[in-house]
Amino acid sequence: MLSRVANTLYWMVRYVERADNLARLIDVNRQLLLDFESLDTERLRGFWQPIILSTGDEEDFNKLYDHTGSDEVTRFLTDDPRNPNSITSCIALARENARTVRDQLSDELWEELNALYLFSRSDEARRLIDSDAQRYYEMIRRSAVTFLGIAASTTSRNEAWEFMDLGRHLERADKTTRFLDVSSYLPPSEDGMEAVSPSILHGTAILRSCGAMGAFRAAQREINAEGVVDFLIFAKDFPRSVRYCIEKVDNSLHLISGTPRGAFSNEAERESGRLLAELNFGSTEDVFEAGLHDYLDALQGRFNHIGGEIFETYVLMPERIQTSPGPKPPTFSDAALWRMEQQQHQSQK
Amino acid sequence: MEMFKGYDPGKFYDEMFGEDGTVRNHCAPLLQKFGNLDQKDFLARKANSELYFLRQGITFNVYHDDQGTERIFPFDPIPRVMPASEWEHLEAGLTQRIVALNLFLHDIYHDQQILKDEVIPRFYIEQAKHYRPEFRGVDVAADIYIHICGSDLIRGADGIYYVLEDNGRCPSGASYLLENRNALKRAFPGIFETLGVRPVDSYPRDLLNMLHHISPRRDGDPVCVLLTPGCHNSAYFEHCYLAREMGIDIVEGKDLAVVDKFVYMRTTRGLVRVDVIYRRIDDDFIDPVVFRKDSVLGVPGLMNAYKAGNVSLANAVGTGVADDKVIYYFVPKMIEYYLGQEPILPNVPTYLASEEADMKFILANLPELVVKAANESGGYGMLMGPAASKDEIAAFRERIIADPRNYIAQPVISLSRSPTWCEGAMEGRHIDLRPYIIYGKDVKIVPGGLTRVALTKDSLIVNSSQGGGSKDTWVLRH
Repeated sequence: MLSRVANTLYWMVRYVERADNLARLIDVNRQLLLDFESLDTERLRGFWQPIILSTGDEEDFNKLYDHTGSDEVTRFLTDDPRNPNSITSCIALARENARTVRDQLSDELWEELNALYLFSRSDEARRLIDSDAQRYYEMIRRSAVTFLGIAASTTSRNEAWEFMDLGRHLERADKTTRFLDVSSYLPPSEDGMEAVSPSILHGTAILRSCGAMGAFRAAQREINAEGVVDFLIFAKDFPRSVRYCIEKVDNSLHLISGTPRGAFSNEAERESGRLLAELNFGSTEDVFEAGLHDYLDALQGRFNHIGGEIFETYVLMPERIQTSPGPKPPTFSDAALWRMEQQQHQSQK
Repeated sequence: MEMFKGYDPGKFYDEMFGEDGTVRNHCAPLLQKFGNLDQKDFLARKANSELYFLRQGITFNVYHDDQGTERIFPFDPIPRVMPASEWEHLEAGLTQRIVALNLFLHDIYHDQQILKDEVIPRFYIEQAKHYRPEFRGVDVAADIYIHICGSDLIRGADGIYYVLEDNGRCPSGASYLLENRNALKRAFPGIFETLGVRPVDSYPRDLLNMLHHISPRRDGDPVCVLLTPGCHNSAYFEHCYLAREMGIDIVEGKDLAVVDKFVYMRTTRGLVRVDVIYRRIDDDFIDPVVFRKDSVLGVPGLMNAYKAGNVSLANAVGTGVADDKVIYYFVPKMIEYYLGQEPILPNVPTYLASEEADMKFILANLPELVVKAANESGGYGMLMGPAASKDEIAAFRERIIADPRNYIAQPVISLSRSPTWCEGAMEGRHIDLRPYIIYGKDVKIVPGGLTRVALTKDSLIVNSSQGGGSKDTWVLRH
């Protein structure tokens, strides 16, 4: 398929996944706060600040807002058009990507995303954000999940699908690490204030918002920080664990290139294979030895590396010529320009 | 008849009602179906069709709009109906016309016999803005230049169809024709079965067959692509739609590369050779090496591959000369010259400002005439004499005198009208018709075409950029 189309499908799905995860992330925090009855402004700030820190958007946020309260943070992450990573911005970007590859998508798939886009810009959405936020986030999540469901049932299992799947799982792995990272920024418990420490409550909230409570209980007995980390990073078969996502990424990469699993034909495959091995054989000991935040940070760096290498391999460098009399590979005069354009595109994440 | 109660056909040719106010025979069955709806039901169905367009993203971008908003192309659910005999007449006339236009283009890009025989003054060709002398002597596949033609037809008060212009470059709108039918089918299911309406869905297949026909490669399946300026183009929806319906890739200029006079597209598996390009980019932007240097939409080196015969373009380069409104004047003469036939469809009477007698007439009658710049389209660059102010007329007078080669004038044709739903009542609105003619192995015209409607009361301008909408067009089997 066309390199540009592969790239666009990949980003379309990444943005949908990102919007979905943002809705979950905000919901996690809202649920968490339900467990604390009375919080003064300073304490409250202690719970919203980590969200901004974990998404890595604190610089943008501080430029736009003076105060880190729940209203400001939710607005910034939900429908602030000035934030390129807000839910509504992600939906608009996903839809813009979809529009450019409309010919590749089933009608149903396009209609779902277009409907989500129209909803996100509607008065109804604005009203819900103010009056019934939970319902709003639920609608975003439902539509995102419906989108993936339609994609799964209407897309041929060809390259297009694999590139979409790559985008989905890389984004999901990244967001799972960010969910976990929130707890490394949470304020310590104050004696007498709470019966349970914030990180445990946070762990519960994460699991709940991922719909992972049942799966977690089946795999582990009680909820504690270590158990949640273990589950969300190393669980073999839970669809939001980092290990599961990287297994999928590695699989898609090999399906695209036709290289057998365990071997590699490009840097993306090499990195995903290496990371997968570490996750397959790793444990929470590695995590806490490195420190949770540093460990997660390193993982995010490696996801970015894989993403960058996919772009290098399939979008920037398609130089081999098929079915031709065999002229030598061209040097593209506009490759530099193109790279710039695509980087600008990527830097919007 | 509730929906049509109080409808006034006016002093125009009305497509549904005769002069005495009685319904035309071929519209009677339709009127019975629609007329029996109550207004609430009708409006619900109309809203349903609009939602279909919005959900499908069948929108166009409005330039000079800061918000970059997309709008729905307004759709009127009352179809325009045409009896079989009328369509046969149009089909014959359009076929004759596209054949003559292609013979003309081949001639002026080769021997120029028509100029040597002084049927068309050489001066007009050489000064035509879109004539490409550098392509003289270049052979194109099957000698076809205009593969897709979107001739605009209008019907005067006399009920006669005239050709208003031929769009031989990149005519757009075919997707609206197809989607109008889809929308109407959704809003009024079942209505088509009993009325004997000819289907329009063969268009993408005809288009693809034509592209295959002009492939320079004879072994194996040719690789065809649709070249778009990109998703910010106002017709991007259409480009995607047609590419998907044909099952071909839609590419932007940066997706293509030219190596040793062959064109390739950049895929995840390397470069793949391209044989036919259905291009929706104008000549000016298609290859920055040859045409506009600042174009970032085109493909550098494409013209080399094209001249070498390694890739075919639909439409060919240089067809814009036939869109020049001065050259349009000569199309009936081309038909006589190349085919030895009488033109089946007449032109609108046209005066050329660079002919002395015509110029005199034009200047003396400006308030009654429509004046058009030879190379503008979309309803721009024209003077509607009867509606213009004195200052506007004076300004145009100066422009015509300064540059007579680039102006023509025509009498105002009061376009036929069709009943159209206008905010609470059925009213007559002016319409035109754009059929899409495909010229490949043979000539294929999808029955009917895109009926465009001027939604503003009394307006004669049907362009979507200026308040126009569209209707489904029904050609009946009998």
